[in-house]
Amino acid sequence: MSAPQMLNVQINGEWKQFPKGTRVIEACAQAGSYIPRYCYHPKLTSPGNCRMCLIEMGMPKMGPDRKPELGPDGRPVINWIPRPQISCAQDVAEGMGIRTDSPMAQECRRGVMEFLLINHPLDCPICDQAGECKLQEFSVEYGNGGSRFLEHKVKKPKKVAVGPRVTLDAERCVLCSRCIRFMKEVPQDDVLGFVDRGSYSTIAAHPNRQLDSNYSLNTVDICPVGALTSTDFRFKMRVWFLKETKSFCTSCATGCNTVIGSRQEVVYRQTPRENNEVNSVWMCDYGRLNFHYLHSERRLSRPAVKGEAAAWPAAIAKAAAELRSVPANEVAIIASGSMTNEELWLTKKLASVLNITLHDIVPHIEKGDDLLLSADRNPNTAGAKLLGVSSSKLAEIAQGVESGRIRVLLVLGEDAAGISLAKLKSLVTVGLLPSAATEKASVFLPSAGFAEKRGSMINVKGRLQRLNQAIQPPGEARDDWEILRDLIQAVSGANGVYAIEEVFRQMAEATPALAGLSLSKIGDLGVQLKLE
Amino acid sequence: MPTPFKKTPHPKERRLVFQNVDREGWSEDIGCYMENGGYEELRKALTMERTAIVNEVKASGLRGRGGAGFPCGVKWGFIKLDEPKPVYLICNADESEPGTFKDRYILHQDPHQLLEGMIISSFALGVHLAYIYIRGEFPTGAKILETAIAEARAKNFLGKNILGSGFDLEIYVHRGAGAYICGEETGLIESLEGKRAYPRIKPPYFPAVLGLYQCPTIVNNVETLCNIKHIVRMGGAEYAKIGKPNNTGTRVLCVSGDVREPGYFELEVGAVTMGELIYDLCGGMKPGRKLKAVIPGGSSAKVLRAGEKYKIKTKQPDGSTGEKEIGIEDIVMDFDSLAAVGSMAGSGGVIVMDDSRDMLWTLNNINEFYAHESCGQCTPCREGSLWMKKITERMLLGGGVERDPAVLKNVADNIAGRTICAFGEACAWPTQSFVAKFKEEFDSRAGKPVPPPMPPEYLPEELIGKEEAHA
Ligand SMILES: Cc1cc2nc3c(=O)[nH]c(=O)nc-3n(C[C@H](O)[C@H](O)[C@H](O)COP(=O)(O)O)c2cc1C
Ligand code: SF4
Ligand code: SF4
Ligand code: SF4
Ligand code: FES
Repeated sequence: MSAPQMLNVQINGEWKQFPKGTRVIEACAQAGSYIPRYCYHPKLTSPGNCRMCLIEMGMPKMGPDRKPELGPDGRPVINWIPRPQISCAQDVAEGMGIRTDSPMAQECRRGVMEFLLINHPLDCPICDQAGECKLQEFSVEYGNGGSRFLEHKVKKPKKVAVGPRVTLDAERCVLCSRCIRFMKEVPQDDVLGFVDRGSYSTIAAHPNRQLDSNYSLNTVDICPVGALTSTDFRFKMRVWFLKETKSFCTSCATGCNTVIGSRQEVVYRQTPRENNEVNSVWMCDYGRLNFHYLHSERRLSRPAVKGEAAAWPAAIAKAAAELRSVPANEVAIIASGSMTNEELWLTKKLASVLNITLHDIVPHIEKGDDLLLSADRNPNTAGAKLLGVSSSKLAEIAQGVESGRIRVLLVLGEDAAGISLAKLKSLVTVGLLPSAATEKASVFLPSAGFAEKRGSMINVKGRLQRLNQAIQPPGEARDDWEILRDLIQAVSGANGVYAIEEVFRQMAEATPALAGLSLSKIGDLGVQLKLE
Repeated sequence: MPTPFKKTPHPKERRLVFQNVDREGWSEDIGCYMENGGYEELRKALTMERTAIVNEVKASGLRGRGGAGFPCGVKWGFIKLDEPKPVYLICNADESEPGTFKDRYILHQDPHQLLEGMIISSFALGVHLAYIYIRGEFPTGAKILETAIAEARAKNFLGKNILGSGFDLEIYVHRGAGAYICGEETGLIESLEGKRAYPRIKPPYFPAVLGLYQCPTIVNNVETLCNIKHIVRMGGAEYAKIGKPNNTGTRVLCVSGDVREPGYFELEVGAVTMGELIYDLCGGMKPGRKLKAVIPGGSSAKVLRAGEKYKIKTKQPDGSTGEKEIGIEDIVMDFDSLAAVGSMAGSGGVIVMDDSRDMLWTLNNINEFYAHESCGQCTPCREGSLWMKKITERMLLGGGVERDPAVLKNVADNIAGRTICAFGEACAWPTQSFVAKFKEEFDSRAGKPVPPPMPPEYLPEELIGKEEAHA
């Protein structure tokens, strides 16, 4: 690929170079002169409607020879356009001049800020957006201290369920149309629009429609103000209290990058994080909201032996004893495609220490879409395959369990996959929530959910990504890799490892596709692997 | 001999586009039109080279009659002869600017003149699909056009292989739903595409480049398109002799307000001064009344005040330019002169006000219109238009505070030049000009040093009612 053509652009008096095709608003940001904006969104079309990004612009003055006239500095003399121009819908051009802070540009911003605020309800004290609101932020920077508006404000609906997961406060809306454009351009479900005219304009779903797309909550993310709020998150927590942990979604094989917002060991929300190799800046509602089970009242957080609470050492010892109580060919492991690579690798190790050859993961195939949601709801099918835990033996295992040939079963992070467990001698399960398997378990070991631990997974496109720990597992529940390590230790007597980094190191040494990598090298945006 | 007109045109008029309007014995059917030489210019045009027609239009100096006064030939010149995409022609028949009522007479009484103009224009521009976007409040006009189109098709002036020339064209009538903004050409295009009439940003959406369905599109006013027929008949150079340089042709002025005989007058551009228009053509002011103000080009044009002196540039006999002071009566009614006095010829709607008029009331009336018609897309116009209206309304009701005139001006200044479409100027100019030119009238209604208490929005009982309705 040839290098893009570079264009000379003067920004606030300094000449800089930008590749052809750079939007003026982006060029200015790169040059350190951030231009405030409401309607512009880099992933959507530009309607130029908010007028917040007005700046002064000029083009080279042409001499009689139709060549740019040069000034004493040898640079083109700029002919400044007397009217302000928006910077969000035009690309830079050779010799273009831009002033982002001239009196004209400042006056324009002050004017637009005032217009946006005159009919705004100023609900900040009770508004979920407060703290991450562009109207608040830009008011501080570009607004006036007082108001000149003596009239009644326009009244609009304040609590509209525009969809099952999104609540609209129309008075807070700055009519930037980001939400409309998102729905039309990304999930291509043209469901939102404006009704009424002028200052009475209001966002609404089309008649007989709802904002019910599986991508609806992205409108909440891109809404620059508190007009669209997540019904789930609404009034739950002030955003400035949230601790932010970079992670990714484990609800399907895509692995959309996320930020987990938590406070005092409680997850309050998940929001998408930009990763152009994975999810752009979006994620689906299903994945986003699929964290409440972590805080379910039914969550199991104490080890149990035969249904009775037990201490960890006793429970591990009992589990190890069960796994060794019959010949290895009468033991099987059902693992999960939502386990991390580290956990899968330890699982494989446990199997080999015990000579267990019957092990597999449970596939979870549902309907996917063309955007992000993968039909494969296991986030780490690729990891299970790479590390040799998945096989095509699930049917054989099921049949063995049901016929009584397999007498001891270890189930990791899964339900019993519809298998009748009646003939088992003993069942060891590791998991979070009660299920058919945990109910029958001889030993139950409570483990950690995706937000409660670290580890890596490989998404459907072969990208290695990293989970970071946002909160502690509840009660006595423990990180899965530690449980597996303890089991290995208990069955083999060998000394285990003491850090997950060490698990990764061992795994990477033994796995060519991971050669040279470490947990810290994965970084926030993941690493593309070369898988066969 | 009976006069051939129901209302005799004034002797100063020169009727070209309105030649059949109000004519005795005239009917809008194709038979009548053809008996009077109709569609002869189409026959002529079909024998011409496409570029030759465009060149005649360029030579004619015809400027758009819709409001902006943009040279028609220049606009047409943006269309490439070998454009690979479809090219569309749209006739803007949305005529909604308050004070303007010329296009409706053409639509009602002389639809074939418009069709002929459009067919010629389409031929010249390589258009095979043209639209007439007619305002929703013209249901009769729409019916008349539909009939006229059917008549023209029956005679093969429309359809396939028009008059054996190999040229195909269909014209469709599209009715608006009653919004002023549909007259703005890019809003119109959005509306025609079936969307809300939200004007587009320019750049990049110049209609001649990315217009209807993102194809090159020419939007012209009804009167502009009718003129094309006459340009083809006379030739561009001959047409350019009508009127004045850079202000060629005739123009229909619509006079309304406090004159004795309001109405429409087709005049050579610049043939009369404001004074002649009011006192000669319109019979002067109503009895006992004096001229106070004129809005010369539709409600969005800046108001002109009687008694005010305007400095204009004049050509001296020796060729040098001098300066002259003139009064409102001496302003020549053409594009350049009205621009020189700080207003515009706009849509040709001349609104005359006498000394009984309250300028605050008048501005509030205009502000109400623009606050109601702002499409609401861009921030300054959406919020500013209603704000200005709320201020003038409060002042009218006796609640004016000292800073109101200054705030009004500043709000208008914060709109003009900062919006997506020219509606921003349309709604800001009245406020800017009224407040500046009738300062004493505004100041005298802005007496309160502190804001008066706001009237309650809801009575307590109503609030309780609302609560219950919500529960
Ligand atoms: C708010 C607004 C309303 C307009 N309304 C009309 C209209 O009703 N009729 C019209 O012909 N032009 C109207 N125009 C002007 C059109 O945008 C456009 O300039 C015109 O149709 C071009 O035709 P012309 O070149 O023949 O004048 C309006 C412009 C604006 C900004
Ligand atoms: S949207 Fe922003 S400015 Fe408005 S009430 Fe909410 S936090 Fe305050
Ligand atoms: S709801 Fe939010 S995103 Fe949608 S138009 Fe209003 S401010 Fe913009
Ligand atoms: S200036 Fe007014 S009418 Fe034009 S796009 Fe903006 S809001 Fe709409
Ligand atoms: S960001 Fe440019 S107009 Fe909104």
